[in-house]
Amino acid sequence: MVDIAPTVASETLLDVRDLKMHFPLTQGIIFQHVIGHVRAVDGVSFSIKRGQTLGLVGESGSGKTTIGRTLVRLYKPTSGQMFFGEQDMATLQGEELRQLRRRAQMIFQDPFASLNPRFTIGSLIAEPMHIYRVASRQEIRERTLELLKVVGLRPEYIDRYPHEFSGGQRQRIAVARALSINPEFVIADEPVSALDVSVRAQVLNLMQRLQSQFNLTYLFVSHDLSVVRHVADRIAVMYLGKIVELADRDELYNFPQHPYTKALLSAIPIPDPQIEKRRKRIILSGDLPSPIHIPKGCRFHTRCPMAQSICREVEPDFERKEGREHYAACHFSEKVADAPEKS
Amino acid sequence: MGEYLLEVQDLKTYFKVKAGRVRAVDGVSFSVRSGERVGLVGESGCGKSVTALSIMRLLPKPAGEQAGGSILFEDEDLLSMPESNMRQIRGGKIGMIFQDPMTCLNPTMTVGKQISEALRIHLKLSNEGAKARAISLLDQVGIPAAHERISSFPHQFSGGMRQRVMIAMALACNPKLLVADEPTTALDVTVQAQILELINGVCHDFGTAVIMITHDLGVVAGMTDRVVVMYAGKVMETAPTEEIFANPLHPYTLGLLASVPRLDAVRQEQLKTIEGAPPDLLKPPPGCPFMPRCAFARAICKTMPPLTAVSGSMQHQKACWIDVTDPSQQAYAERRRQARAASQQAALAAFAETTTQSGDQATVPDDAEHAEKEG
Repeated sequence: MVDIAPTVASETLLDVRDLKMHFPLTQGIIFQHVIGHVRAVDGVSFSIKRGQTLGLVGESGSGKTTIGRTLVRLYKPTSGQMFFGEQDMATLQGEELRQLRRRAQMIFQDPFASLNPRFTIGSLIAEPMHIYRVASRQEIRERTLELLKVVGLRPEYIDRYPHEFSGGQRQRIAVARALSINPEFVIADEPVSALDVSVRAQVLNLMQRLQSQFNLTYLFVSHDLSVVRHVADRIAVMYLGKIVELADRDELYNFPQHPYTKALLSAIPIPDPQIEKRRKRIILSGDLPSPIHIPKGCRFHTRCPMAQSICREVEPDFERKEGREHYAACHFSEKVADAPEKS
Repeated sequence: MGEYLLEVQDLKTYFKVKAGRVRAVDGVSFSVRSGERVGLVGESGCGKSVTALSIMRLLPKPAGEQAGGSILFEDEDLLSMPESNMRQIRGGKIGMIFQDPMTCLNPTMTVGKQISEALRIHLKLSNEGAKARAISLLDQVGIPAAHERISSFPHQFSGGMRQRVMIAMALACNPKLLVADEPTTALDVTVQAQILELINGVCHDFGTAVIMITHDLGVVAGMTDRVVVMYAGKVMETAPTEEIFANPLHPYTLGLLASVPRLDAVRQEQLKTIEGAPPDLLKPPPGCPFMPRCAFARAICKTMPPLTAVSGSMQHQKACWIDVTDPSQQAYAERRRQARAASQQAALAAFAETTTQSGDQATVPDDAEHAEKEG
């Protein structure tokens, strides 16, 4: 196992080591028995430095959302460690876990589902502050008004209900709620995917301004590589429960070392007809295999344009590239850059 | 037959709801030549899907109401045609692909039955003939082992495969026009690339015209010859695809292009934004619907500008009074943008101050204090 913990421990806010999250599959009604496991997250390691953003990209079913949820302990991981500062979140319980969760907040994908329709937005934003009893009732109300202003909503809206707001506004409310108790770490699970194109930029800019003001650390989960490139400092690419490549943003986009990353980059349409005409796409055949029956060897070999016989047998290590903070799990990562592209 | 395969003229589609009438499509005009690929672009709620449903005459009844305009297909008005004739055209001469392949296939019928249904009705094929053609169609859209998969049910296919089945159904009768309503929105990027290439390929082979409805400007760039930009039920700008990306002349198009992070461009620290949200179509603002969000807006925008040709090109039309290429107009817009940005920054700074004052030292990092003093 490769240890990818950086040397300067004080800078690192979150350090995840060999995290696994397997969900049991059961059969039978009365005598339930386990017939297999969905290996949603199957041994991932990464770390995030304070004040930085890690982008987590992958297709649906790759396990990126499960990682986000496991990090706030909505699930209890099957194995592995999640060091948040000095504490291992994977094993914490009770009051310790409660206090830790205060420092890590989550923004969910769908603002239509994540806000309780029976609460006013004022009470939604104030709820975490009441739970952690950070201030008096009056102070909380004042702080809620301030928060509304920060996320670009009028303070008068405080007593309105979620259905009175558009998608973009609701996502701002979700951001305000996550920030209400001054977290250090925010997990944003596809925060702009449900929003319209013209509204996305507003929410992304808001998140960036808040990050620089409060030195927040983000885990930004998304399937959209162009959005992730905009927000993230470092990017992890997931495929079928594993991180296949991890590198700094520009490094990853300019010198991808895994064929899957390269295919993902080439699959994204670019809003420029001149470029689109000239571009050659790597079209991956087929779909993501089932996470119940993960292919033997390299899990990407069934769709990989470069696959050789070794790929079907031996699972490649998640290796560090010479002299750089760049990791990739591929037997032929040196050849990825100049592999021929199918037109 | 005239110059165009399909001509939509001043189409108005309203929905009756308790609170009044929603003007989902409010005076939309565009046309499609045979074999041409036209993109309808806009945000959700701008009326692009309702335009597609109006063309197919599939509006939900009785809420949906055709309030005016005409849709000429091969010089016949689809809106005034009797339903029996429309059934000949729907699925025959015009095929449609829907956004969500999960809900748009019948879960109780095998995909083979669903494809051959259209073939038997429109082409009057025998059961065996329809089955044989269904197999070859599935083969064409890239479904492996088509002769076995024909007796599978939709739930046995993945999302991408279902969308392939939808495409096979839509193209079964060799339609002249294919209406694709967000065909790849529900799919992953790698599968999206497969499906877009497939649509491009088969439509090129059959000479099918395409109306591609999407909110993704990247998809439009690679898939269309001409673009119609819609906002709040109206056409804002239309031009050949290359022209609209190289030379956008409507503030909304400009804003859309600037607010999307691009994979190929130099990374910007902050994205350009369009402030606000699309208007409520129950009470559309008087005049140009984009005015409340537009940095270029002036008093004249309280009257709706007509869709007029831009000087020098009949192909490029826009509905805007302002010349966005004029430096003085640009300076005016820039001043308004900066004023907005300054007020947002002020709110954030004020909040940071109260946060540090409230003595919540344990959770507020020291850096916030520094940032605030410097800023």
